[in-house]
Amino acid sequence: MTRPDRRAESSSNRLPRWVVGGLAVPATVFIGVFYLWPVGTLIGRSFTLESLRSALHDPAIRHIAWFTTWQAGLSTMLTVAIGLVPAYLLARFEFRGRRLLTAAITVPFVLPTVVVGAAFLALLPDRLDQSVIAIVMAHVFFNVAVVVRGVGGLWEQLPPDLGAAARTLGASPSRTMREITLPLLTPAIAASASIVFLFTFTSFGVVRLLGGPAHPTLEVEIWQQATRFGDVGVAAVLSVAQLVVLGLAVAWFSRLQTTHRRALDLAPLTHRQRARTPRQRAFVIGATIAILVAIAVPVAALVDRSLRTGPGHSLAAWRSVFGAHANDASRPTVVAGFDPLASVVTSLRFALIAMVISVVVGGCAALAISTLRRGGRLLDTGLMLPLGTSAVTIGFGLLITFDTAPFDWRGSPWMIPLGHALVATPFVVRLLLPVLRSIDPDLRDAASTLGASPIRVWREIDLRMLGRPLLTGAGFALAISLGEFGATSLLTRSGRETLPIAIERLLNRPGALLHAQGYVLATVLAALTFVIIGAVEAVRLGSDQRA
Amino acid sequence: MKRHTASVVALALIAAACGSGTTSSPEPKPTSLTLVAYDSFSVEPEAFNAFTTATGIAVKVVTAGDAGTMLSKAALTAGKPEGDVMWGVDNTLLARALRSEVFRPYTSPQLSALNPEAVALAPRHELTPVDEGDVCINYDIAWFAEHELAPPTTLDELTQPAYRDLLVVENPATSSPGLAFMLATIAASGDAGWQQYWQSLRANGVSVVDSWDQAYYEQFSASTGKGPRPLVVSYGSSPPAEVVFASPRPDTAPTGVMASSCFHQVEFAGVLRGTKYPTASGQLVDYLVSMAFQEMLPLTLFVYPVRTGATVPQEFTDYAVRPKDPLTVSPAEIEAKSKDWITTWTEIVVR
Amino acid sequence: MLEVRDVSVSFGERQVLNRVSIDVANGEIVALLGPSGSGKSTLLRVIAGLLVPDSGSVALDAVDITTLSTHRRNIGMVFQDEQLFPHRTVAQNIEFGLRMQGWEVARRSRRVTELLSMIGLDQFAGRRVTGLSGGEAKRVALARTLAPSPRIVLLDEPLTGLDRELHDQLANELSHLLRSTATTALIVTHDRDEAAAIADRTVTLADCERRP
Repeated sequence: MTRPDRRAESSSNRLPRWVVGGLAVPATVFIGVFYLWPVGTLIGRSFTLESLRSALHDPAIRHIAWFTTWQAGLSTMLTVAIGLVPAYLLARFEFRGRRLLTAAITVPFVLPTVVVGAAFLALLPDRLDQSVIAIVMAHVFFNVAVVVRGVGGLWEQLPPDLGAAARTLGASPSRTMREITLPLLTPAIAASASIVFLFTFTSFGVVRLLGGPAHPTLEVEIWQQATRFGDVGVAAVLSVAQLVVLGLAVAWFSRLQTTHRRALDLAPLTHRQRARTPRQRAFVIGATIAILVAIAVPVAALVDRSLRTGPGHSLAAWRSVFGAHANDASRPTVVAGFDPLASVVTSLRFALIAMVISVVVGGCAALAISTLRRGGRLLDTGLMLPLGTSAVTIGFGLLITFDTAPFDWRGSPWMIPLGHALVATPFVVRLLLPVLRSIDPDLRDAASTLGASPIRVWREIDLRMLGRPLLTGAGFALAISLGEFGATSLLTRSGRETLPIAIERLLNRPGALLHAQGYVLATVLAALTFVIIGAVEAVRLGSDQRA
Repeated sequence: MKRHTASVVALALIAAACGSGTTSSPEPKPTSLTLVAYDSFSVEPEAFNAFTTATGIAVKVVTAGDAGTMLSKAALTAGKPEGDVMWGVDNTLLARALRSEVFRPYTSPQLSALNPEAVALAPRHELTPVDEGDVCINYDIAWFAEHELAPPTTLDELTQPAYRDLLVVENPATSSPGLAFMLATIAASGDAGWQQYWQSLRANGVSVVDSWDQAYYEQFSASTGKGPRPLVVSYGSSPPAEVVFASPRPDTAPTGVMASSCFHQVEFAGVLRGTKYPTASGQLVDYLVSMAFQEMLPLTLFVYPVRTGATVPQEFTDYAVRPKDPLTVSPAEIEAKSKDWITTWTEIVVR
Repeated sequence: MLEVRDVSVSFGERQVLNRVSIDVANGEIVALLGPSGSGKSTLLRVIAGLLVPDSGSVALDAVDITTLSTHRRNIGMVFQDEQLFPHRTVAQNIEFGLRMQGWEVARRSRRVTELLSMIGLDQFAGRRVTGLSGGEAKRVALARTLAPSPRIVLLDEPLTGLDRELHDQLANELSHLLRSTATTALIVTHDRDEAAAIADRTVTLADCERRP
């Protein structure tokens, strides 16, 4: 950069500092009150109680920690191994339907975890329910997109001639893969694997639905200790332990990213080719079909089970959810105990509130961060913290912090959307910041020379450019809130069940009709998510085409 | 002027804040009360019609998971209840409920009409007993006849190879009948023997599920679910349910009760601390122990009334089993040891 | 030695090679001239087995190798932009082909030393390849290709993009190296002088195409 510092040069054309500082207030208060305070409370509780010592020496908890770790490790290894196939396919080959396949692969990743759990519950035979196999399969299904995106992105840019060079030197295809391609992909593989590990280590929804009593992860155990056994002390200790593990993992991950960067001569263009040999053609067709089947089958199983209340298919469960009464006539002692349809309304209402909170807080924060320097970085980091915290911990922290007057908000209906907003706001900020930072200062200066006041410049340039990313962020916040299960599990109130809570409860009750109703709600939630993410993608692609 | 407004607002706020807690202004009459209950609470809404007619207050039932979850959640939000009255804390959870101050003491004028032993369990009247029953192993009579095997009569028999892979129990960590059955084995085998007993049960293929619903309706062979296992931890009063709900109605109950396995259970209801309507909530508790409501319980929840003199229907006397001397553990001992017991149990049976 | 017969390749609608034939005799160094984008590199990729032609055949010592896997051909190739393995050192790059042939360690390191001194980079064995200058990288790439003594070496615009002085110097070195090791070679270039300086014989791609 040979330009002089624009900010210093034209500060008189900028907004006054107090205005920018004012923009930082909502986000600072938000993160301070609803994140830092609860986390502080958790740490305080776990250290004042003697349960810290007993929990760390408890063989049962050690067992859970060990199980959490190895199932995450196994899930990660399998996800990477399986994900390399579609990554290779999409990185190296050009074929009809390639874009469709790319979109299809991201489908499982945007599905709420409860829906993924429900899909595998629907798919797997009964004896595989409550087994590690079921958990790992669902984890792989859910996370493969991370590997495809992460590794495929690098692979696409890796010059194919490196492999060709190895081949001319006598390396067989498998040897080339082992000696050249995989080592070069290592940074991307390590990065994707770390993300998958974090996701599976803190897995909650999938494990709640598929784990059964023998297989709790730390995340499930925190929830279980707090809401089932009523042992707040142990739950607090486990939350803090999990915070520490996640903190270390995130730190290690960011170090990895900075140190592992190789001086690769990455071509900005891609090297995709049409399949030429019969073997390549067979691979492209075979892999495409296999991937599509693997994605479609669990989703189809979900829909199928929503249509099964007895022998054959029927719309009985759909009618009972959207019609009048929802009790299982064949078993008078088994009732849902709540209205499944109301959960759709509750979820949508919470999602809208969460969306408003995260867009307002995230929007103000992004504007402040892009203008403030050191303070901006601090705020940026602070807002990212909830991403490195498990959802159950967030919910639990909120629940035990705001329990004394005048801050006793445990019963407030807005606690749930607030928890959702904590999770969604970082995404909104992440979407807005790059756009704000990419605005050419010349553009603002041009507006200034044309007579726009600082506030006018800001309105005409900055805000105008933020339209689409704000819309995208709002969509993501909606989707995140609709599918959120961890924090909600702790904050939920009877009579105000959200969709994921209702799905889990229905699937845990006996009776074909209640199960089918659970699958109906899971199908509805999946459809809502598709529609929202589809709309977001349409907005995003629309902006790409304009640019 | 401005300052004056501000101080008025401040005063109003203070008054409002104090008013919610301390003033003794007459309680407004609610239009409806919320009864929080466990998932398997299957009393029809019509059962509250008489209460609504008499008081003008509607009753809304919300369910909050199994009894343990319901109480733990209530404990976490003690003082900010999800409803006004809670139904379904049993004697295994009693001590925890009292310790976590979830309930507001209420002395019902009906207490003298209730089983005094049950009333005595909560001497300060935070909770009022509402029903009684026994958690017992049930067996599928037809299955045992078909396989020419005698149903087990003692707990020890369940560890014998003849009964391998036949029993399904609930997880005591998540289900109150599951906890009751674990306590039964502790009462029977003592502090020393029960762990060994469960090791033998595990070796003999005992199956564990999360809830009574799942055990009874999905795993038990004699219920409508037609599950794989002919022995289940359920209630002494489950057999009448199989008669009442069957169509066509059988001449005898298809299930039997293993009387030596029974653990005595008392369920309570109480006014939740933090309700806006303590007086009306007390009226609802009175209604729950009224003669009409109590006499309806046997054929809806399949429990015995706690009210002395309440008549029990014929099916109940015919098919339910009420052991004279059920196994039991005192609430104080349960409170002191149940967490360790559950941890040990989980270690032995699930892992 | 190398006989290419009637090779055609098209990418989608675009015909890149149309019935191309070319022969290279044992020990001969042939330069293939042609403007960029005329398909010279594609022809090299066909010979190396990196691309299967739509029709036509490639034979080496009278054996048809048209569909034989690249790594079984023992045909060396120097790539236009070297394609040194960035995660390996200079020596590791050079010994790569030897490891593929299963040479034992001692023999490998003798051969690497020999080649390093041949290209005048004796001190470079342990260096990272990402820090090499343009000329050094070219030399390492050549040494890597020559190390396993391939039956024929294909060079794809090996000297393009170097400044004049380095270009002439490397052209001399290259010619000398190929001759002193009696290597059969096919060089693709767009530079007539370079072709004349290195090769025994020069052909253009147009000469090789069979006209209908």
